[in-house]
Amino acid sequence: MAYKIVKDNCTGCSACEPECPNQAISETKDGLFVIDPAKCTECIGHHDEAQCVAVCPIDDTCIIDDNYPRYQAA
Amino acid sequence: MQTVQHQSGAEGVDTHAGADVDEIMQKVAEHKGCGTSGGSGKASCGSGAGENDLPPEIWEKVKNHPCYSEEAHHHYARMHVAVAPACNIQCNYCNRKYDCANESRPGVVSEKLTPEQAAKKVLAVASTIPQMTVLGIAGPGDPLANPEKTFKTFELIAKTAPDIKLCVSTNGLALPDHVEQLSKYNIDHVTITINMIDPEVGAKIYPWIYYKKKRYHGVEAAKILTDRQLQGLEMLTERGILSKINSVMIPGINDQHLVEVNKAVKSRGAFLHNIMPLISAPEHGTVFGLTGQRGPTAQELKALQDSCEGEMNMMRHCRQCRADAVGLLGEDRSAEFTTDKIMEMEVSYDLESRKAYQAAVEKERDAVVAAKKAEMESLAGEHSDIKMLIAVATKGGGKVNEHFGHAKEFQVYELSTAGAKFVGHRRVDLYCQGGYGEEDSLATIIRAINDCHAVFVAKIGGCPKNDLKAAGIDPVDQFAGEFIEQSAIAYFKDYLDKVKSGEVEHVERGDAQIRQGALTSAEAA
Repeated sequence: MAYKIVKDNCTGCSACEPECPNQAISETKDGLFVIDPAKCTECIGHHDEAQCVAVCPIDDTCIIDDNYPRYQAA
Repeated sequence: MQTVQHQSGAEGVDTHAGADVDEIMQKVAEHKGCGTSGGSGKASCGSGAGENDLPPEIWEKVKNHPCYSEEAHHHYARMHVAVAPACNIQCNYCNRKYDCANESRPGVVSEKLTPEQAAKKVLAVASTIPQMTVLGIAGPGDPLANPEKTFKTFELIAKTAPDIKLCVSTNGLALPDHVEQLSKYNIDHVTITINMIDPEVGAKIYPWIYYKKKRYHGVEAAKILTDRQLQGLEMLTERGILSKINSVMIPGINDQHLVEVNKAVKSRGAFLHNIMPLISAPEHGTVFGLTGQRGPTAQELKALQDSCEGEMNMMRHCRQCRADAVGLLGEDRSAEFTTDKIMEMEVSYDLESRKAYQAAVEKERDAVVAAKKAEMESLAGEHSDIKMLIAVATKGGGKVNEHFGHAKEFQVYELSTAGAKFVGHRRVDLYCQGGYGEEDSLATIIRAINDCHAVFVAKIGGCPKNDLKAAGIDPVDQFAGEFIEQSAIAYFKDYLDKVKSGEVEHVERGDAQIRQGALTSAEAA
């Protein structure tokens, strides 16, 4: 039920952090960003598209994390 | 259908703005020293303008701003702090993943800073380089896509270093939302990068934008972007904030179109237009780099700048610097001020000593202007159609004071009976490395200044001298240590005399290459 950030692609630009409606994105010690899967709702119920995907300057960096089932709106 | 609508969209802005706004823009533009009523306003506006060409309040704003005054850029330095990493649009000439200490181009940065680190860095640089008068935030993303960090940085610096001018460079998408705040923080200078006013052209430059929580693509994205840019520009003009328009010249995509852009921004009160060559090489990893999109040649760039100059004065001294550049425009001292080094530096911000230093700089400037004026008298009554370019090796202060082999760039002046006019610069590889010359580097330099008749240097070795002569470029070291414009005018007068007497036959020079992927002085650290 979550997106994840591909570490090798992330430039640490921070564009995603303020756009997340769930405050699920935070900066790591090495200056890159991670998504907390427990907080991520894939923006369902908030926006038409996942905000981290929409704003990220690098393609295929914010992607669905297959380790979690897709988010279901309550 | 949408296409047709959008093509006329750019002009449509004028129509819907109505005559009243046009009138206001005209007035504001005139007030800002840049009339919109054709040729007559031209001389009083732009980067080449001097103290006597501008209204006092405008001169006060630009006189020690190296990016807004060509004259000032020989004497005053700027710095950028990279506090704004996020961006809200994607440009085909930008690759956000790329960073290298030896690259000098916008959007590139070695480390991002917090506003607090940035404030410390500004103090450190200001105490080391007293002629640093301007702080800009230019990325590496878009400053207004990072409003908290950008304005926090301005707030901290306004408190600790109140004499430093603050400015910002933006793609314009978020500009209308922040004009009020810019005005509140006394930001006097805003640069907007406008590459098109036609969304069809824009779609070839911008693959997408992120606006109001949505990603837009293609023509739709470009339409939103151009509307927001022009709206932002009008809002700045209404508030008396000086605006500079940067445009990237992309041959085959927007080169002809930039003439239209020039008209559109001028009519909305822009102070200065800066048309820059596309920087594009495959190793940059940008879309344009990978598709093999070329940048313009020196002659193509100058021809476009010249054709726009009839409408508005042009900035030609832009070095397309990094988002963390430090120093005079032709140099980059950012490697001296890394975060690690700054944090160890003892910083004492001494406003008085900065003022004293700058007073000395002003004296030097006055001397440059006086010398130029005196020398111009020697050209009085001369009539000739001859125009020629010369390249100058300088390390600042408006003097011929750099060794040929040490020059990282050459400044290019156009000489005519109207005097000596700065028309550009050429970056070159370091020719002299470790005390011995390299033939390949010399060939690079000759390609870079191939359109020049002469090169003015403080000193030059015998070998390069002969090679330059063989290439038809006159190596001139007789003006070592003297003022550039004064020397150039004297040289031109002498040249005209020689042509008249038949001693020299005037021939046109060929085109020159604009170097892609410039080097910086990172090794100076």
